[in-house]
Formats: sequence, C-alpha cells, structure tokens
Amino acid sequence: MNGNGIRLSRRRFLQVLAGTAGTLVVGIRFADAADAPLPPALLGDNLYDLGAYVRIDADGNVLIGARDPDTGTGVATALPRIIAEELDADWKNVRVTPLGLGVGNDNGKPRWTYGRQLGGSGGSIPAAWNDLRQVGAVARWLLLQAAARRLGVPASRLRCDAGTVIAPDGRRFGYGSLVADASKIALPANLPPLKNAADYKLIGQSAGDVDARAIVTGQTRYAIDHHYGDAWVAVLAHCPWPDGTLARIDTTDTLAVQGVLKVVQLKPEPGQSPGNTAIAPAVAVLAENTWAALQGRDKLKLEWKPGASGSENSATLEQEALALLAGDTAPTSRVRNDGDVDAAGRKAARRLDATYIQPWLAHATAEPMNCLVRLDKDRASLVVPTQAPQKAWAVVQRLTGLGPDQIDIRVPRVGGGYGRRLDHDYVAEAVMLAKAVNKPVRLLWTREQDFGHDYYRAGSVHQISAIIDRKRQLLAWNQRMASASALTHRGLPDDRLWTSELQADQLPAALVPNYRSDWYALESAIPRGPARGMPHLSNAFAVESFIDEIAHQMREDPLKTRLRILGEPRQLPLGSGGTLDTGRLANVLKLVADRVEWKNWLRTVNGLGIACWHVDGAYVAHAIEVAMQGEQLVIQRVVCAVDVGRVINPLGLEGQVAGATLDALSIALNAAITIKGGQVQQRNYKDYPLASMAQLPNDVEVITVADDRAPAGASFLAMPTAAPALANAVFRASAVRVRRLPLMKELLRLL
Amino acid sequence: MAPVQAQVLPISPESGIVAEKVRDGIDLQVNGERFRHIGDPQMPLLWYLRDVLQLTGTKYGGEHGGNGADLVLLDGKAVSAITVPIAKLAGKAVTTVEGLAANDGSLHPLQQAFIDEDAIGCGYCTPGWLIAGVDLLLHKPHPNDGDIDQLPNLCRCGCQARVRRAIKRAAAGKAGRP
Repeated sequence: MNGNGIRLSRRRFLQVLAGTAGTLVVGIRFADAADAPLPPALLGDNLYDLGAYVRIDADGNVLIGARDPDTGTGVATALPRIIAEELDADWKNVRVTPLGLGVGNDNGKPRWTYGRQLGGSGGSIPAAWNDLRQVGAVARWLLLQAAARRLGVPASRLRCDAGTVIAPDGRRFGYGSLVADASKIALPANLPPLKNAADYKLIGQSAGDVDARAIVTGQTRYAIDHHYGDAWVAVLAHCPWPDGTLARIDTTDTLAVQGVLKVVQLKPEPGQSPGNTAIAPAVAVLAENTWAALQGRDKLKLEWKPGASGSENSATLEQEALALLAGDTAPTSRVRNDGDVDAAGRKAARRLDATYIQPWLAHATAEPMNCLVRLDKDRASLVVPTQAPQKAWAVVQRLTGLGPDQIDIRVPRVGGGYGRRLDHDYVAEAVMLAKAVNKPVRLLWTREQDFGHDYYRAGSVHQISAIIDRKRQLLAWNQRMASASALTHRGLPDDRLWTSELQADQLPAALVPNYRSDWYALESAIPRGPARGMPHLSNAFAVESFIDEIAHQMREDPLKTRLRILGEPRQLPLGSGGTLDTGRLANVLKLVADRVEWKNWLRTVNGLGIACWHVDGAYVAHAIEVAMQGEQLVIQRVVCAVDVGRVINPLGLEGQVAGATLDALSIALNAAITIKGGQVQQRNYKDYPLASMAQLPNDVEVITVADDRAPAGASFLAMPTAAPALANAVFRASAVRVRRLPLMKELLRLL
Repeated sequence: MAPVQAQVLPISPESGIVAEKVRDGIDLQVNGERFRHIGDPQMPLLWYLRDVLQLTGTKYGGEHGGNGADLVLLDGKAVSAITVPIAKLAGKAVTTVEGLAANDGSLHPLQQAFIDEDAIGCGYCTPGWLIAGVDLLLHKPHPNDGDIDQLPNLCRCGCQARVRRAIKRAAAGKAGRP
C-alpha cells in the first residue's frame, strides 16, 4: 500500500493503491480500517481495505463502481459519469459495476465503506456531486503527475482528454501506459481542483443506460435471477392479517408433493418495527424448485385467525377521516400557522371549500420481493433487491449476530423500488428460514403476496378552505388533512408522525399571509411505509386542484391565478433549510404553458390543465390536454418542465421525468387498494390495473431548464403535478370536478 | 439439463460399460437448442426456463402472467410462459429474450431500437416488452399507434412512450442509426 490519505470527512480518506498487475485503483478508505470485502470485479489482484470506486488497467480500460442501487433511476449511469468527467475518461472504455454493500468492522459497529448507499430517494446525485467528483479528480491528478515526471515538464503544461494525457508537443499518452507510475505517486496534501463546468465533456451530455445491452439480451441478473446450486426454494403463505395467528395447519398433502422438502412456520418478532421483521405470520414451503414449492403451498390446509386489524375497512377509515375533519376536535399536529386564519375568515369577501379524497396505494414493483441467502458459521452472503443495503445489513446482523464485516450483501440492478425496498421484511424472512433449515434459501414472493402484504401508502382526506379578498388576493388558506401516518411504530415521536403526510413548506405556504395547516391522525393496523413521491403526491393533487377551483370561482385564467400567487421572483426561506425561488417555479409554469399553447385554454374544445410544485429545491410543472370521446378520456398531450439545477445526463433525466409522469397518471387514473375485514382486496394486476399503453398518452414532452446550480434529485420530481394537471384538464373538457381518486372511476360516476 | 445430442454411445459390449437408457420426456426447442424435459409435465414453461435451464431473461410477472414480464415467443406468437405447461410444448419451438439476437451476437432490430431510444426503466419487464414488440412486428411490420396500444405489458417505470418510439424506429428500419 502507498500514498497518503486525502481528508474527505472526519474519518474517510481518499486512497490510491497499485495492484501487482500494474493497475491504479482510487477509492475511499478509513484511517483505521481493517480488511473489508470488495466486489471481485474491482478487486483485481490482492487489493484490500479500500472503498474502491475507480480501477484503471494497463490496457486503458476503466472500471467504475456505482454505489447506489439502481432501481430504474439511472444512477448506475449517472454516478459513474460524474467520476468519469473529473477523470477525463473515454466513456467508450468505461465499464460500470454495482458495488454492493460496503461495510467494515469498527469495534463491532458497522463502518460504511462507500458512505451513503441509498437508491430511489432522489438523493443519489446530490450526494455524488458532493463527494464522488473528488475520486475522479484525484485519479486524474495522479495520471498527470506520472506523465509530468516521465516527460520532465510541469503538470500544468499537460492536459487530459478522453483517456489520454496530451503533452505540450501534442504527443498522447494513454492512461493505461501511466497507471503503473501513477499508483506509486503520493497523494497531494490538498484536494486537486475540480474542473470548470465550461470544460465538461460528459456532464450535460446524454448517455444511454450502461446496462442497456445486457438488459435487452436478457443477460442482466436481478436478485431474483441468482441461484446457489444447493439452495432450497421457499415460497410463503402469509396470514391475511398482519396481527393474526395460525389456528390450524395440516401439511400432509404438501409434504407428499415431489420435491417438497420442509414446511416451516414464521412469525414477526415482537417489538421489532415494521420493515425489520416478517410482515405477518407465515407458513413457508421449501422445495427443490419453484414449481414444487408452489404446488406444495397450494396444498397447505391452513386456518388463520384475525387479530384486531380484522375489523378494519378502508371505507370506514374514510368515514372516520371525514368525521374528524367535520368536528371541532383539535388536530393531532398543527403543522404551520402563519398570520391569523380565523380573523381573516371574519372579513371574508369570498370563501371556497373543497374536500379531496385519495385511496390507499400499493407499490407494485415489477420484481416481486425475493432474497437469496447463505449462512455459514462466520459469514452471511446475500443477494438482495434493496434500495437501502445498509438497512438490509442491520436486519441480517440482528438475526445472525455476525460481525459487521462478516455480512456480504450484493445488490444487482433492482426491478423497481418506489419505497417498498426501504423495508426488509423479506430479508428477515429469508434469513429466518435459512437458520431454520440450515441450508441456503432462495425466497420468492408471488404476485398475490406483493399486492396483499405491502407496506401500503395510506389513503387521505384533505379539506381546504380559502379566503379571497375583493382584489382577488388569496388572503387565507386553511388546510386540514387526515390520514394514517406511514411512520407509526417506526421510532419517531408522536409529534413528528405528520412528516410523512405533508410538508410545512408545501405550496402555497409562505405565499399566503394567513396560512394554517393541521394534521389529524387516523389509527390503522394495516402496514404502511415509505412510498414514491410521499408526501408530495397526495398534497399536490389536493392543493393544485383547489387552486384551479379558486381560479374558476374568480372566473380567471388558472395560469394567471397561479402566477399571481407566486408573485415577484424572490427567494423565500423554507423551514427545512432550503429556499423557495418563486421565479424558478413561475418559469417552469410558463414553459409548459407556452409549449401547450395555453393562450387557447378557453377556446379549445379539448380541456387544458396545469399544475406546479416544488420538491427539495427542484421545480416542476405539467400541462395536460385531454379530450372526452363519449365516456372515454383521451390524454392527447402532456408537457412537463423541470428545473433540477445542473443536469448530469439529459437523456436519463428525460426518461425519469417522462417515466414519473406516466407512473403518476397511471396511479391517478386507476389505482386503489381497498380493505375489507382487515384484508386487502387486490391480489393481482387485474385488480390493481396499472394503465395500459392505450390509456396513457403517446408521448411526454419534457422541457429541461438549463441551470448551473448544484444538481437536485429527480427520481420522483415529475409525479406530484401530473394528477392535478390531469384533473384540471378533465374539468375543462367535461365540466366535472374530480375530487376523489382514482379518477376514471369517479369521472364515470359523475358523468 | 443437457441438450439431447449423443443418444447412441459407441460402447463395445466387452468394455463392461452399459449406456444409460435415454429417459422418456418431452422434447422441445428453446432458442434453437433441443432439450428433453423429464420432470413433471405440468411444470409451467416459466419455471422450466428459469429453474431448470437457468435462462433467467424471462421474468416472473404473476400467477396469470400479469404484467407481461414472462412473455416468450411460441411458434412466433407471444405467450405468457407461466400459463403454458411443458406438456403442451412437445415438438414446439420457444424463443426467449436470450434467443432474439443472432448467433453472431448481432441484435434484433427491436433490441437495437430499445438501446437507441433508451427505452428502459428498471429493465425487469423489458424482455417482455421486446417479445410483445417482436410478435407485433412479425404480424404487422408497420404498426400504427392503435396497434402498439394493444401491447399487454404493464410498467411502473413509465417507459411506454419510449417503447412506442422504439417500435416505430425498428419498423422504419432505423435501428442502429442516429
């Protein structure tokens, strides 16, 4: 080992290592790190103790590790592009490998080798912008030093381009020819400077998905595609109620199925928070292959007894929410209270009220829950489709008692996350089973289980009142929301349970002098958890629909109403520490309005709808054009504008924005989970119909604002405004105001 | 499961080695290779592909197919692999996503068009989209939007708009061109 560390944070250092085969590896290590496992691809020869991100081989090939799980968000492409940019690598010669969990042993506690490892939360690119650029910059600096020494000229007279160092006389030296020397050079005392944006060659340029060829040829192995030769396949029959119990079991017929090996009962561990243990009691059938296991499960004779949740109905919960909001009960949490809403109400010129009702939702990931696990005496090896490998680690560690670095978690590309894979009940189940049968286990959930045993997004009721003065100014906004928090029993104090349900800073907060936002907690034993776009999705639908209703009440162009509420371009400080730039928000609104030819909004026979929102320093607006053909709703045109600061990969961003738009439209049009007697009624795609190709618009026109601010995340940015823009367009086309989702069912009821 | 090839073993009687009798089973072709299934004839094709042949490009979607992730071509038609028991496949030819490219590795135009249009979300259901798209192009080389609307696949990543573009690109013979 050689080289000094560069200080990144208190204890993490950039590190450079030379492999015996003359490779250069740059990564991040800890001041006092012991041996830590590395992905074999980066390991090369006997390298160890290194949070490797970049390896450059003598033949000039570059291997870059992607630390965050890619659930379809494009981070496996974008994150390595950030490193490759600072490295001045030739993208054609870059290969990418998923890093899997990086964990070392810090006196029995985990030490996260790669820092933050979290996918699908919108935070991957902002985090990478902060630390991964340095990795590429250091590698490039070392290569420049090596070339400078060889040529006897100062490094400042050299430049880099596409995997080569160019000498003052024009001679080019491939990186591969320099790595052996570069790996012997000590790191600089200070971090080398990062590139100027004007010199970017990769950032801001489009790149296709790095896994595209492997995916279209069926070669990409998701967790569900991984095997161990001696693993038993496990499928489960879950109790219909998370708090139910097994009253009777007869496994005779199951054990008679050829290939079935064992039947094992599982129970959620008492005292564990949701997402860390089994989601419900279950009976597992373990077999030689999937088909035998499934047949065995079908032949189980089980009798389950409901727990307290057995009396729950989603319709009743909705009635409870409406009753809470109709009464004088004090809210569970007063989320925000600016000015004096009650005093403003007394001098009302005009008052408007509306109630919006939104259903429970499932995650419906394409790849169902699954997990491959092998437990040895001093090692656990897992392949996990997770968004949060560090959280998966915690579950495995608790159940096995192994040391932090004795747990190896690989995370291949993931078939959709949407927040479902921030929970690891399925990992707990697989580890419990592997312990019970003392064999490697490959756990597979069937589709019915994915729909029937989810950590759902709870339904919600929003009741909003607005006071408008004679000059058409929005004088007061009083919002009351009732829902069952996604954070119940997840370790937060009661006075923070509202944070999964709404934001204190959401529109039109900070823009209305008298603004109040109250949250009412509903109790439910149905499992709930993180969901894509939470809490923006439900709130943007209510708020942006209501602003459209205000515009209609005032007989005004809803674009004009919105722009007036936003006011002059200015920076408003937000409680979360960020700022709301009303100019940037107005800008995306105007961009979609121009593109969709909003000036025709009253004249066209079709309906035009518009909506805008802000999410953690990023801005989004949708304009949607629909036509009613009898009872058929045709979404003819969808325009979305986003401002996320600097764009790393325009093609990737366009894909995320179009994709999130279509996902949100699909959910708004059709999706609802209903609960009867504590049981979820939806069991497959027929019951929970994601939108078909025919229902969705043919295209989504994406406009990206050119900006040089630090990049914000975009994985769900385009979700919140799609549904309200759609509902607002439907109102113009049909005169029907949809205040309840899913939209199609309600529209057909009201037409 | 090995391909069924050397069925006659040239073993002389005096060697003392007796060739194992070829076991009865169901003969089928997968991606041009011949296989004999000797297990449960009711095993759905999906589990045969994934568990036995370890061809994992065809994905599990749901018990009744569901989202189209388990589509394969059966004699040129897209079918859900979980709905077809091996018993029905005697003498039939199955093409999975692994078999769309030519033997020399050159991609099917629709595969190339998916790459060109970056028509990939998480990618899990992409093999199913490809199979459905290849079926469509086989039977309708120049599909219009209404034809493309009939694809049975579902996707939460929202790659539908790009899939539509990719199918049109392949139909126009523009796959692989800028």
